[in-house]
Amino acid sequence: MIAEFGQVSLILALVLAILLGTLPLYGAHRGNETLMRLAPSLVIGHFVFLAAAYVALSAAFLNHDFTISYVALNSNLLLPWYYRLSAVWGGHEGSLLLWMLMLGGWMLAVAAFSRTLPREFVTRVLAVMAIVSIGFLLFTLLTSNPFDRILPGPTDGRDLNPLLQDPGMIFHPPLLYMGYVGFAVAFGFAIAGLLGGKVERDWVRWARPWTLAAWAFLTGGIALGSWWAYYELGWGGWWFWDPVENASFIPWLIGTALLHSQAVTEKRGSFPAWTVLLSIAAFSMSLLGTFLVRSGVLTSVHAFANDPERGLFILMFMAVVTGAALLLYALRAPRIMTGPGFDWMSRETMLLINNVFFTVSAAMVLLGTLYPLIVDFMGWGQISVGPPYFGAMFILLMTPIVILLPLGPFTRWKQDEVMRVIRPLAASAAVAIVLGLIISAALGAWNLRAITGWIGGIWVMAGAIAWVTRQWRSSRSGLALHQWGMTLAHFGVGVFLIGVAMVESMTFERDMRIAPGQTVEAAGYQFTLHEVTQVKGANWRADEARFTVHRNDREIAAMNPQKRLYHRGGQVMTQVALRPGITRDLYIAMGEELDAESGAWSIRIHVKPFVRWIWGGAALMTLGGLVSASDRRYWRRRRTEAKQARTAEVPA
Amino acid sequence: MTRLQGFMRFECSAFRVQGRLRPAAMILAGLLLSAVVAASAIEPFPFESELQEQRFRSLAEEIRCTVCQNQSLADSDAPLAQDLRRELFAMLQDGRSDMEIRMFMVDRYGDFVLYRPPLAGHTLLLWGGPIVLLLIALGSTIVIVRRRRKAL
Amino acid sequence: MIRMLLPLIVFGGLLALLIAGLQTAEERKLVQSPLVGKPVPEVTLPALHDPQTTRSTAELVGQPYILNVWGSWCWACRVEHPFIERLGQEAGVPLVGFNWKDEREDALEWLERFGDAWSFHLVDFEGRAAIDLGVYGAPETYLVDHRGIIQHKHIGPIDATVFEDLMRRIMQMRAEAGS
Repeated sequence: MIAEFGQVSLILALVLAILLGTLPLYGAHRGNETLMRLAPSLVIGHFVFLAAAYVALSAAFLNHDFTISYVALNSNLLLPWYYRLSAVWGGHEGSLLLWMLMLGGWMLAVAAFSRTLPREFVTRVLAVMAIVSIGFLLFTLLTSNPFDRILPGPTDGRDLNPLLQDPGMIFHPPLLYMGYVGFAVAFGFAIAGLLGGKVERDWVRWARPWTLAAWAFLTGGIALGSWWAYYELGWGGWWFWDPVENASFIPWLIGTALLHSQAVTEKRGSFPAWTVLLSIAAFSMSLLGTFLVRSGVLTSVHAFANDPERGLFILMFMAVVTGAALLLYALRAPRIMTGPGFDWMSRETMLLINNVFFTVSAAMVLLGTLYPLIVDFMGWGQISVGPPYFGAMFILLMTPIVILLPLGPFTRWKQDEVMRVIRPLAASAAVAIVLGLIISAALGAWNLRAITGWIGGIWVMAGAIAWVTRQWRSSRSGLALHQWGMTLAHFGVGVFLIGVAMVESMTFERDMRIAPGQTVEAAGYQFTLHEVTQVKGANWRADEARFTVHRNDREIAAMNPQKRLYHRGGQVMTQVALRPGITRDLYIAMGEELDAESGAWSIRIHVKPFVRWIWGGAALMTLGGLVSASDRRYWRRRRTEAKQARTAEVPA
Repeated sequence: MTRLQGFMRFECSAFRVQGRLRPAAMILAGLLLSAVVAASAIEPFPFESELQEQRFRSLAEEIRCTVCQNQSLADSDAPLAQDLRRELFAMLQDGRSDMEIRMFMVDRYGDFVLYRPPLAGHTLLLWGGPIVLLLIALGSTIVIVRRRRKAL
Repeated sequence: MIRMLLPLIVFGGLLALLIAGLQTAEERKLVQSPLVGKPVPEVTLPALHDPQTTRSTAELVGQPYILNVWGSWCWACRVEHPFIERLGQEAGVPLVGFNWKDEREDALEWLERFGDAWSFHLVDFEGRAAIDLGVYGAPETYLVDHRGIIQHKHIGPIDATVFEDLMRRIMQMRAEAGS
């Protein structure tokens, strides 16, 4: 019954989405109030039915309903209830349901929080998002129905992939989807803006908090994925430039450019075409990401499904949505105004340069990810594009950004002088160079990468602090939320930079052989293996090694890595032992038993300096984005000319 | 990739492909063959020096595993990866240079096996594309700012 | 106007690339061998039935032959075995087995059970020679011509379509060898 109920809910949601995507849109076109007033109720209904379907699937998992094939494939009797709940989005079909639920949720939020916006505009936004929802609902119902039955149902399910039976994996997809789907809001705003042909500055201002929130969630989602891969997969890395990782990174890069472009268009009316294009691109790239994960067009660790048929559907959907959007852009763009002038040294120019680098970086990642396709298509043979390419290119493209970042907030709109901007930052630069060199030397990290990382990171952090200090002093009421948000995010970039530089240049990694009773030395730490025993878990059993770690004769930690065997699927998985720290992580992964007699095992030990700073920096960026999004200034209906004049003077 | 390696229960540590369920697949999935302990990527070699170990590690990370195509040679548990790591170690002991070792792999498995794409005619677009794009974009920026200055 | 349509055009190109990519997704997973068109490496390995003796690819120069990589652990090899038998009977060229990373007893037992359709076997237990051949999985089937050049490599089990294609190529190689 539950499955049928869920299925019906999805169909009803589709019906409502179709109504929402047509009637109110027509109403907005004709100025028909009655039709436009339908939108809010349709949005609520749409969300309710999606939620009902989601709850139905969750209930099926909780109740071990193995007659539903999706449940049978992703869960089993031994699976703990919390993983049964997260297993809902552990596979292709269920994750789509999560996507749609979030889309419905964002639509509800837009409807709820847009009281101060013109009805016509909001209606258009909701209609556009509804059209996206139609696409996903059709995709689900026609090709990827999570409620498909398998009769007779097996007595026990296969299992959730053990890699997914982990807290990190519970939160990574939802956060990521919040980001992807959130960009649909910016997309909706852009399309509504193009359709309405109204003044850009207002709707861009309304779009900003939504975009900021989406960007923040995406940042968090990507960071969580990186963190999870680090501690779960056992290879000690935090980013592999894998096609699906790239698929999430491209919208992030575009989203970052979008955020900054929106700032310019809102404040000065400049680059409206850029803002619209980037809004379309961000969501398109989110759709592309969905396509890459599910179509099997590129081999990837993450591939949910390898189904070219499904892939084609998504591609067609993307073609319609993005194609229509870009066509609309081509038709309506000439109408968009261009805004007042600005000088070589101005915030407009700084942000324009920022966007150039971020957009080119996004294009670079896309090019590298798809290049094997191009090579194959052209008959040039077969190549791989991996970290050596992406890493080198990315550093090349991001270095100018890091150098220029602190200058941005100090630069006035419209016109400024170079010396006026640089002077307050001179101290930050000096501090960065001196402190960077000292710290690098003190840590024994005397190499180019670490030194430039420290200098760059401190430069960015000091620049952010310098700006906050100056704002605090000059303003009576302190800083606005969006200014705090910006500072937090920029500061986070500096933290991130240091983490990356240190981990990439100073990581210690070694495979060793160790028997119980022995001690090995690694990067100044002594690892002693006491014994290897058998332990049991809910749905697995494991060989567990008991280590203690010493440094300077003082015991630092007890670490117990495991090698697990999951009963149901028969998979062997290494559970890494991790000892986190602010300045370094200790990391042990078990290999295999080398000698049954002596009980010797092969192990891999990593000592990873400052690796937490990577995710710490990302967390600050996420926080900064959310803080900015919550600033009420975006919700005000109107802005006066006087305010406009004032903000042109004071860099904010 | 179970098709090709044929090893029972050996799977590249990755998300399993969740294909459409067919009853036969369910039965096959239920067949619990004794779990064969696959080779581990974690393998201590008796290196002569720290430099040799670093070379090993950096080369192993540059080489792509043909079986578990989403892992480098350093991280793959595939039996073939183990063979190739042993080969890599033997070549380092033999005094071969990094370039010779890369060529060894490429001669047998093609350009596919290196994560760094070669610098050749067919990768001109790859290595040069972003740079060219950047230059065009920066050039456009100059043009735009020039135009906007007039409106000042 | 073109400037405004540029994003749409670029997107169209992207779409075309992705559609093409979908068609080729399966075959792109296979690692193309750079050895096709090159001389087969000289491989000397112990024979299967009499491990004291060695056999070599060198002894086969002058005639085209098939080199088939297999192992008792490889279940796809079982699936293709009927076609291997047909190749052994119908191809008219030596069918050399390359027993890869297998225990001798397991291999012999497997042949007992399923039938030995090969002319003889080369046993590569360590996997060293396989690397020189660019083997990365089983089953794999190489077609080598009378000059010792690898003309074709098929990755994966042989099915009816593949069988026809292989037979066609073998006939061609035989014709060339005859002349």
